[in-house]
Amino acid sequence: MRKLYPDAKSALEGLTFDGMTVMAGGFGLCGIPENLIAALRDSGTKGMTVISNNAGVDGFGLGQLLETRQIKKMISSYVGENKEFERQYLAGELELEFNPQGTLAERIRAGGAGIPAFFTATGVGTLVAEGKEVRNFDGRDYVMETGLVADLSIVKAWKADERGNLMFRKTARNFNPMMATAGKACVVEVEEIVPTGSLDPDQIHTPGIYVDRLIKGTFEKRIEQRTVRTRESA
Amino acid sequence: MPRTREQLAERAAKELQDGFYVNLGIGIPTLVANYIPDGMEVTLQSENGMLGMGPFPYEDEVDPDLINAGKQTISEIPETSYFSSADSFAMIRGGHINLSILGAMEVAENGDIANWMIPGKLVKGMGGAMDLVAGVKRVVVVMDHANKHGQSKVLKACTLPLTGTGVVSRIITDLCVFDVKPDGAGLELIELADGVTLEEVAAKTEASYTISEKLKSLA
Repeated sequence: MRKLYPDAKSALEGLTFDGMTVMAGGFGLCGIPENLIAALRDSGTKGMTVISNNAGVDGFGLGQLLETRQIKKMISSYVGENKEFERQYLAGELELEFNPQGTLAERIRAGGAGIPAFFTATGVGTLVAEGKEVRNFDGRDYVMETGLVADLSIVKAWKADERGNLMFRKTARNFNPMMATAGKACVVEVEEIVPTGSLDPDQIHTPGIYVDRLIKGTFEKRIEQRTVRTRESA
Repeated sequence: MPRTREQLAERAAKELQDGFYVNLGIGIPTLVANYIPDGMEVTLQSENGMLGMGPFPYEDEVDPDLINAGKQTISEIPETSYFSSADSFAMIRGGHINLSILGAMEVAENGDIANWMIPGKLVKGMGGAMDLVAGVKRVVVVMDHANKHGQSKVLKACTLPLTGTGVVSRIITDLCVFDVKPDGAGLELIELADGVTLEEVAAKTEASYTISEKLKSLA
């Protein structure tokens, strides 16, 4: 029961400080740690560097931390859905580092796996490779990218047991499993916490070793692009 | 007559082969899914962590945990599998995806592609495009031949910041189809859209290219 916390606020106690680096899971608004992002905003932590594939939308997800100016720098692959982000970036109030999406995912995976750097063909000959070591292996050029770690990772999973073993659901998995491994502290929010022993050990996506603190959250699960088809009448 | 968006997608669907795993970009490439021939087994990958992407869901099946790389709600099908972003790009970077069909702002005769950034305009980011062009076995570009100012998008050299170098294998435009020959050997014009002439392509293309024997014999 040591990992269980009553709410997002208490789960972040003692883990936040100004100037810290935070990884936040999710792709768009899918699989984002809604509860912990809100608690991070309420904590008033300033000058954060946030590593996340996207930057939320105005007023939701990481957009909440942008509105309150708590983010100094974003490391992302795509940030197109956020007007406040655009305004702060163009005004020079916000730093931005673009990483190709697969390079970002692998940098986080490597960070969590104790790998300080790796070589990838992604970005060779582009702006992304500028200033980085390029090495030729078997006739092809590869650029060196470094592993990423953070002071804190905030993760959204579907289910957990009380020991922090995690299962994700559908495409809400995305960056969450790697981020769980790459934070000095990892706090996870889930939809359901079940008694230890009730998840099939063969179906655990992230073993509890990576999870320091765990809460049961409540979720809005906002949809960015609701696209549907209509049933043809019989 | 230049090809319409739908006709471009239909032509691009001819690049598919039975058993292929394919990643489709946003825009016209997404429409290619509507032209997969009946009986052909093609598995679509969505780089946010899904293989076996189904159509848009019915209204009562919409699931916020199930979206594609364009953040649109989608559905799963019997062969669907889910995985993390790291696994997804391992699949892409490791050369396991047979084909990527994507749009572009510019393509050069050596196979360079630019499709993520216009200097001076707000840059939204490259997303997974750089990983896809560097990692997928075959990259096919589908785009209009000219930009909205009427300038050729098929160029001797790209002017915009690159997404990848020497990675494009084929260019399908509303006017014609070019093959990018390996090892920087340049472009070869291999098809004309219905009613489009060699002269029209010549007038509207900045890049240099050769004309295939087959097309010459038809002319």
